[in-house]
Amino acid sequence: MSNQHILDAATLENDEALIPQSGWFERSETLQKLRKNKKFPTIWCSGCGIGVVMGALIRAIDHLGLKNDDVALVAGIGCSARMPVYMDFNTMHTAHGRALAFATGLKIARPDMKVIAVMGDGDALAIGGNHFIHAARRNIGITALVVNNAIYGMTGGQYSPTTPLGGRATTAPYGNIEPPFPICELATAAGASYVARSTVYHALELDKFLAEAIAKDGFSLVEAVSYCHTTYGRLNKLGAAADMMRSLKDNTISKSALDRMTPEEKAANTKIVRGNFVNIDRPEYTNTYADLITRVQEGEK
Amino acid sequence: MTVKLMQGNEAIAMGALAAGCRFYAGYPITPSTEVAEVLARELPRVGGKFIQMEDEIASMAAIIGARVGGLKSMTATSGPGFSLMQENLGYAANTEIPCVVVDVQRLGPSTGSPTAAAQGDVMQARWGTHGDHPIIALSPISVRQAFDLTVTAFDMSERYRTPVLLMTDEIIGHMREPVEFPDFSTIKVYEQKVNEKPEDYKAFRNTPDGVPPFAAQGLGYRYHITGMLHDEVGFPTQRMDEIDPWVERLNSKLDKYMDEIALVEADHQVGARVALLSYGCSARTARHAMKAARSRGQKVDLLTLLTLWPFPERQVEALGERVDRICVVEMNLGQMALEVERIVGRKKVVRVTRANGEMITPQMVLDAMEVSK
Repeated sequence: MSNQHILDAATLENDEALIPQSGWFERSETLQKLRKNKKFPTIWCSGCGIGVVMGALIRAIDHLGLKNDDVALVAGIGCSARMPVYMDFNTMHTAHGRALAFATGLKIARPDMKVIAVMGDGDALAIGGNHFIHAARRNIGITALVVNNAIYGMTGGQYSPTTPLGGRATTAPYGNIEPPFPICELATAAGASYVARSTVYHALELDKFLAEAIAKDGFSLVEAVSYCHTTYGRLNKLGAAADMMRSLKDNTISKSALDRMTPEEKAANTKIVRGNFVNIDRPEYTNTYADLITRVQEGEK
Repeated sequence: MTVKLMQGNEAIAMGALAAGCRFYAGYPITPSTEVAEVLARELPRVGGKFIQMEDEIASMAAIIGARVGGLKSMTATSGPGFSLMQENLGYAANTEIPCVVVDVQRLGPSTGSPTAAAQGDVMQARWGTHGDHPIIALSPISVRQAFDLTVTAFDMSERYRTPVLLMTDEIIGHMREPVEFPDFSTIKVYEQKVNEKPEDYKAFRNTPDGVPPFAAQGLGYRYHITGMLHDEVGFPTQRMDEIDPWVERLNSKLDKYMDEIALVEADHQVGARVALLSYGCSARTARHAMKAARSRGQKVDLLTLLTLWPFPERQVEALGERVDRICVVEMNLGQMALEVERIVGRKKVVRVTRANGEMITPQMVLDAMEVSK
């Protein structure tokens, strides 16, 4: 079965279980989701976390048994937004910040397709912030995959809406003075049906969250916390890619572990919380519009 | 069908329905909003879909996304919204995705006067988005023509794989005239014909006719679309041997079809040494002035541009060879006059302009004809 890598919640409690097992990439079904063309190797820096997210996305789509034709990837502009070029789906690389707006038109035209918007943090939340909250508010059946590396990597390391306070960037040479956006909380408040966060260290957890998000009938958000060792790591002396990857292990905590803490411990927690925060059912936009059409047309008779 | 008293904006919405438009995304803005209101009501009746987006940037993006998904799509706006659409309009031109954008022009710049007519967006229509690109812009002079040119806009957008702009104005958009539409079932719009199998399909093939067929995604035609420089199958490229043919094809593809694209209405008078050239609401003023001049024995030619872009060079050049003076009548400070001057020379052109929200009067045109004698 292709779904053996989707781990249950209990297994996910144990970080050690999240180390990828060998044999994954030999499976032909997964490899068939990649484009066999001149585009490889990727444009990403060696050690970048975006490739891990791409792997998780492919495994999630594979797990759901979706055909390549059934999936549309719509991306904005930035390092993460280059992801669709490598994957053999219906792919559209659009304008900076606008992936969800393009995806909205596509989803309305083809409600039967699984539409996934691949964005970075600057793409989704700065220039695209308005589209982000309104896509969530409408609860349109799009999966927003936000790779959060807390920096504009492609343009060379400027601070983004998720750069930590005090973090140095080329445009914050004295440290960032703007508080960061909490992406999952923003999506929750705006009305998303499914909200989850994991990291590129916890790749198999990402698989699971992405599979759940794509299967969800409604707006879903998966925040994949990554890092940029090339710009942010260098400017903030955070070490090499492996060091930053390790910090995702050390500086995150699962939601269920947090839930077991005392109120005092919770209040003192400074680690990034991983987990599925929202999973609710409410009317999905394109379904509601289909009902509207039926209602209008029957009223005409 | 029966005769109806109808606004230009309503006629545009009906033209879109007749042309098979099945998706509209827009954001409210005066004086274009009636287009959205009619389509919000009518689209679900024919199984189409309407959405009010969060802004005009999103509206432009959504109509492109919907066309990629297979629905003929349109948005409508006015100057401020048209400015916001420019980046994604360039995306549609670059990626050759058919779509129709209506700009019901109002007085600018900035907020200007939302309820006052103007024709100040015509240069923005040509060069508003960055980079060299093809574009088609049409401009109706009556309510019935607003319907007809909307249908034409959809036809041209599909035929030439390019965004088509319907550059109308507050006067035409809000004016009511009695109109009788043809039976919608008699209206035929170009339909994409993709003969290649999915595995052979190249969405951006440099075909001899300049316009590769467009396949909607999700029906087995699985390919990449990008606003970057791309090769024939749609992947980003930095190879000059792939970029050069693409730039050449994209920017010359309309040239081959200028006879079909460059629409004008000409009213010649043998022996006329002066001509009036206009478009949109101002063409009504020009026509009125022409009648007045002729009624008192003055000979005058009239050329009305229905296609603004690509500029109807051949017809304007021919006019310039016939007459000594061309009075260009437009509600801006001489935007299309620049194009006329480019073709016939500055000495032949007299600008009859106004940009305060009030229409140009026939008397202003007649006065300009006197002065320019």
